[in-house]
Amino acid sequence: MRKPDIFKVPIGPQHPALKEPESFSVSLSGEKILGVDIRIGYNHRGIEKACEERTYVQDVYLIERICGICSHTHATCFVQAVEEIAGLEVPKRGLYLRTLIAELERIHSHLLWLGVAGHEIGFDTLLMYTWRDREIVMDVLADLTGGRVNYGMNTIGGVRHNITPEQAQKVLTAMDKLEEQTKYYIELALGEATLAARLSGVGVLSHEDCVKLGAVGPTARASNVDRDTRRDDPYAAYGDVSFSVITDDHNDVFGRTVVRVKELMESYSIIRQLLKNLPEGPIAVKAPRKIPIGEAVSRYEAPRGEDVHYVKANGTEKPERVKVRAPTLANVQAVKKMLENRYLADLPIIIAAIDPCFSCTDRMINIREVASKNSRIMEWETLRQKGIEHYRKQGIDFSKVKITQSF
Amino acid sequence: MIHSLFLLLIFPGFIFLSIFGTYAEFVDRKLYARLQNRMGPPWFQPLADFIKLLAKEDVVPECAVPGIFRIMPIFALAATTTAFCYVPVWSTHSLYPFSGDVIVVLYLLTIPTITFFLGGWYSTSLFARIGSVRGITQLFAYEVPLFMSILAAALLANTWSLTDITLFYSRHPSYTFFNIIGFAVSILALIGKLEKTPFDIPEAETEIVAGSFTEYSGRLFAFFRLTIDIEMVVGAALLSAVFLPFGLTLGPIVGFILFIIKVLFIVGLLALIRTIVARLRIDQMINFCWKFMAPLALLQIIINLILKGVL
Repeated sequence: MRKPDIFKVPIGPQHPALKEPESFSVSLSGEKILGVDIRIGYNHRGIEKACEERTYVQDVYLIERICGICSHTHATCFVQAVEEIAGLEVPKRGLYLRTLIAELERIHSHLLWLGVAGHEIGFDTLLMYTWRDREIVMDVLADLTGGRVNYGMNTIGGVRHNITPEQAQKVLTAMDKLEEQTKYYIELALGEATLAARLSGVGVLSHEDCVKLGAVGPTARASNVDRDTRRDDPYAAYGDVSFSVITDDHNDVFGRTVVRVKELMESYSIIRQLLKNLPEGPIAVKAPRKIPIGEAVSRYEAPRGEDVHYVKANGTEKPERVKVRAPTLANVQAVKKMLENRYLADLPIIIAAIDPCFSCTDRMINIREVASKNSRIMEWETLRQKGIEHYRKQGIDFSKVKITQSF
Repeated sequence: MIHSLFLLLIFPGFIFLSIFGTYAEFVDRKLYARLQNRMGPPWFQPLADFIKLLAKEDVVPECAVPGIFRIMPIFALAATTTAFCYVPVWSTHSLYPFSGDVIVVLYLLTIPTITFFLGGWYSTSLFARIGSVRGITQLFAYEVPLFMSILAAALLANTWSLTDITLFYSRHPSYTFFNIIGFAVSILALIGKLEKTPFDIPEAETEIVAGSFTEYSGRLFAFFRLTIDIEMVVGAALLSAVFLPFGLTLGPIVGFILFIIKVLFIVGLLALIRTIVARLRIDQMINFCWKFMAPLALLQIIINLILKGVL
């Protein structure tokens, strides 16, 4: 008997299913997936290294640009670490406002995800509806902070924008409107037959596998892993609000959808509590320019899962080392497990179900020589030399440019 | 001779079909957009797309078989346009009726799917090949229920000619209601034929880019697009001739207006269905076709056989 033909389909780096360049090389036998080779690293931007060359305040803005969706996540996670090293006590009102933006961001991220998930399974109506409603929360964010995606809300020692009672009222009105819509989406997610047919039993990740592979966020909670940094290690104002951590035991993409839509409802309740109990007072304390020697790890529950930042200070105005572990890095390993024995048609939704954000994830470039399969890591200086050589060939000479110590 | 050429090429032949096809596409897209809370395109958008594609470069992949790759769009267009010659438009008479033309129309409407398969397969792209195989797999699932439901209607009319079927049902309009199951089945099969959601598996964008059409560009792609538009009109015209034969005896002008309304009604139905459902997987689609559509079509045949004895 002849062996079945196995062919490799390149899903990425450029593919309509992926919103960012990433490579999933899929081995197929007919429609069935035999194996998948995941390669990340197409979006490396050297942000960690760049942080070492800038002051702490500049870093807040740079770090905010790690991700286009969870920008507040990364900024907050970073300032929390710096505040811990500097021993700064952020005023209560500052913490509340930080939490408010964090929850608004979660709403905007989850609505975005719901739309993307709809598009991946060919249900564009869901995409159009959720993204229309997402505009409501985007408008609220623009009203509060001036930005729709990058809010520039955080600073070391607190937040930069205060909120007026009128703005608070606007937020509450928006929440009422969104809550009504979300109830409809919950009904839709649980009731629509073709949606259930495409989501149920797809991308199964058992509880044991989930714990073993260290998945985080809604991906883990849909496999009944009761883990949420907001409750387990309360930061900002999460200690003062009551909310429940949504878990689900479907273990599949359907469960992940249910967890996310139900989390939306929790977010509305958190925002109402925050605005009701908003304390008076200052929103920030003055931070020193030079941060004392020390190191800190900060954890934050991003819409996609737990985000971890590590900051090491050396007593100057610039950090010695900044390390970012974005939630997608923790989840991407689980994708391989989820894809086992599934069909090609399930691949887009399975990848989308972890809500991947690859540009957050890519931190290091690893050069592999195809022939010998040896890998090597380039030093900062060699990388710079390579850059100068590259541009010299094009007639531009960068060798005279001095790297100054301050920007 | 000149009269025949006019009929074939201008009205109600190729030119009319092309214009009506692009208009039907506009109605489909506009309705789809409005149902999704969007603005939708202006009325000339499909026509503008067509003209723009005509102006673009034709790229033939290096590994592709150029002859087959180039001829397939023309082949598909010719087959769908020919099928229209045997479908009654404004009266109960088609252009060139003969006994057995209903079979010819059904086969001519199968040809586009085959050309999508061949075009995709010989373009040698991986995505196109997967799409082509999916298209053929899907063909076996929806084609049988479609044939059975249309032939069930022919069975009751006791003829193999579309013209006679239409004549029979316009004489006995109440008999149409017996074919309601067949109508529902053939609407679903038509969605599969036109590769629209939920049966757009062969060109599932997020999985296999554009399926069979991945490597097509420029003029060749424009003709494939036009084929799908015309196929939509011819398919809808076939269904309206068999299942909605109302008002065909009221003269050519009323008949023609009614024809446009009926076709747009069916196009609207297709748009509505594709708004409210998600894309199925190929195994789910085939299960659905053989578990529900085929038995329902068989039921329609049994009903019509019994009716034939009773009436």
